[in-house]
Amino acid sequence: MSQTANSRRDFLKTGSIAVLASILAPHMVLAEEADVKAALDKLYSGKTMAAGKIKLDLPQIAENGLVVPVGIDVESPMTDADYVKAVHIFADGNPLPNVISYRFTPDCGKASASARMRLAKTQNILAVAEMSNGQLFTAKQEVKVTIGGCGG
Amino acid sequence: MISRREFLQASAAASAIAAASGLGPLGRAAAQQKLSQADILRFDPLGSLTIVHVTDIHAQLVPLYFREPEINLGVGDDRGRPPHLTGQQFRDYFKIASGSADDYALTYSDFQSLAKNYGRMGGMDRIATVIESIRAERGVNNVLLLDGGDTWQGSWTALKTNGQDMVDVMSALKVDAMTSHWEFTLGAERVKEIADKAPFAFLAQNIRSAEWQEPVFKARQTYERGGAKVAVIGQAFPRTPVSNPRWMIPDWEFGIREAELAKEVETARSEGADVVVLLSHNGFDVDRKLASRVKGIDVILTAHTHDAMPGVLRVGDSILIATGSHGKFVSRLDLDIRDKKVAGFRYKLIPIFSDAIKPDAAMQAMVKKIRAPFEKELGRELGRTESLLYRRGNFNGTYDDLICNAMLKERDAEISLSPGFRWGGTLLPGDPITFESLSNATAMSYPACYRMEMSGRQIAEILEDVADNIFHPDPYFQGGGDMVRVGGMGYSIDVSKPMNSRITGMALLKTGQPIDPARNYVVAGWASVNENVLGPPVWEVVSKHLADVKTVKLEPNTSVKVSGA
Amino acid sequence: MADEKKPVPRVRVPANAKAGELIEIKTLISHVMESGQRRDAAGAVIPRRIINKFTAAFNGKTVFEADWYASISANPYQSFFYKAKESGEFVFTWKDDDGSTYETKNKLTVG
Repeated sequence: MSQTANSRRDFLKTGSIAVLASILAPHMVLAEEADVKAALDKLYSGKTMAAGKIKLDLPQIAENGLVVPVGIDVESPMTDADYVKAVHIFADGNPLPNVISYRFTPDCGKASASARMRLAKTQNILAVAEMSNGQLFTAKQEVKVTIGGCGG
Repeated sequence: MISRREFLQASAAASAIAAASGLGPLGRAAAQQKLSQADILRFDPLGSLTIVHVTDIHAQLVPLYFREPEINLGVGDDRGRPPHLTGQQFRDYFKIASGSADDYALTYSDFQSLAKNYGRMGGMDRIATVIESIRAERGVNNVLLLDGGDTWQGSWTALKTNGQDMVDVMSALKVDAMTSHWEFTLGAERVKEIADKAPFAFLAQNIRSAEWQEPVFKARQTYERGGAKVAVIGQAFPRTPVSNPRWMIPDWEFGIREAELAKEVETARSEGADVVVLLSHNGFDVDRKLASRVKGIDVILTAHTHDAMPGVLRVGDSILIATGSHGKFVSRLDLDIRDKKVAGFRYKLIPIFSDAIKPDAAMQAMVKKIRAPFEKELGRELGRTESLLYRRGNFNGTYDDLICNAMLKERDAEISLSPGFRWGGTLLPGDPITFESLSNATAMSYPACYRMEMSGRQIAEILEDVADNIFHPDPYFQGGGDMVRVGGMGYSIDVSKPMNSRITGMALLKTGQPIDPARNYVVAGWASVNENVLGPPVWEVVSKHLADVKTVKLEPNTSVKVSGA
Repeated sequence: MADEKKPVPRVRVPANAKAGELIEIKTLISHVMESGQRRDAAGAVIPRRIINKFTAAFNGKTVFEADWYASISANPYQSFFYKAKESGEFVFTWKDDDGSTYETKNKLTVG
């Protein structure tokens, strides 16, 4: 830092405060919003998806847009006859829609996993679970990305 | 058996609030001589267990004036419900007489004259007297003393001693457990250092290491008191890394963590707890929602939003209490435990009238010793005020107007922004503005007063973001502070609207011109949560301003127009 | 720069388990996870370089796989579960956009 900012009119230059930079996770450039529907169609075009069975574990408010915990948990006996084959997670406000795709096996014993993602702004997270019998289940949740501050 | 207070609670079934105020209506003329320590402490004991709750003391060692909010809006399901009542509505709800001691302690009304009648409130030596008296009456082994946090921040002595003054005081009070929020602004290392050494438990079920998602603090502690096993679960302020600088606690993640909390409650029960207490810093509305979703919590000791209620609120089987802030109140909750269940309770919000309660000699000496090295600095008179100076309220308070004006002038800015903190005392017209009073409104670890350019669009985004943090209809999305204070600019806000459509009519006060989204404005502000913010501490900015103007006289602030409430 | 260093994997997996026990496996690897969505000071797009696949195998059989995309955070974390059956060895593999693979092994004793 080359400045003292102690005199009456010293300016704080960009980068040293970035009050607003945290609105947008700085790792992301602003791009077109991700096309989640197109990404889903690529995988499961024309198939019906039901709500339920899959749960998203997400914070209501992201503490850090660069590192947002994302967990999924799918209800399943995880036997050779009946298990969760795959789970796909999408984000509709990032430049690209795909976040992660899991492939589970009955050896997992439990279709549950968690990772960390970047979120460019407040947006919806969508997860789709594909069961071994081909059935699809979905869950959706909004995560708020905020400027923060001013709490008391 | 139904006691009188329980009956009052039953009769207020619609709201489930029990009016259980201790003092009852007092005529103003009789005010002072009627305020006796015996009356304040009088309590018809019940059962064998007493829980004593203090919270949000904000490091106030000595008595002060603190005016409760004039505007305290509830949104969504909480609209018009306690604690979102002020003035006459508050008096009507809790059956408080206008001009009574309770009215002075609990509402903003006629504050200036009532303050002269009833005097300052709080002071750790008076709190010590109250706690010792309860212990003497009930027996030390039947009383559990719990601190809801925001204890180690809010004064010059706390800032200069890195919270040690309050740690020493709370240790001397023999606090059993605490949870926290502003404590974290001392930095992760300091908090860990204190928590590891302290004679009390530092509890927080909702903090995990960012790297491996492992608990950072103890979640729960069980105490044998009053013949019962009492499990206390700590809940730190879930939004700490959003509301305060995350860089000070970079390795920790917070959040509400409802599912994990439910597991703690379950484990506590399975390990034989008779009573489960949540020592929470969630904020009242968050706790009200949480109580409807997490079963098996007997008592929620709320904090953070600084609400004081002279009665409990029941949600299902949970009892919620709100103890206020700044040492103005101590809560006493007697529980009758039978067959591993709460069979009955009795509650009193004990107002700490400093003129009526005799200071505890040992604590008085301790406070004096802590303050001695700072006494000269604290007493320094910076100016005088001809107006009532207060902060608390959803929108601009007069103390904030003073800070905002100082930033505009001293940093030559067009617009100033001051955070909506709920801490900081009140000064009466004619009072000197001492450095102590100013530091009570500003002392914290990221005080730099920055000066920078922001576009009109960026300023609007800040206002919308903060407004959503207060007026989101779902409490789980609320942060618990008040609206950011603004100098040099006016705006209108419709609190009922969704994010990005609440704020309209932003205009520069000097010219009356609408704020141009595309134009850059020179903005001064303080308490940025970002790292490496440059600028003088805000108390220096305000001190300089006061040296210049000498006397503060503020016109009523009409620059924020509120609707949708 | 962090991306010049060789990624270091770290794994938390219990050394012992009972047969039929569900164990949680937590993994981390140091990596910049350059998203391909950023521009440098000159305005040029910084090319994507991420770890795009994580695989867990036990005694030679793949039990869990994750495809990671550009939204995954730097120093990626992955946790998942495994139902212990027999003693053996986990092999965890991370595949980088640049063709490199990083590997770590952990023994599990079941009994």
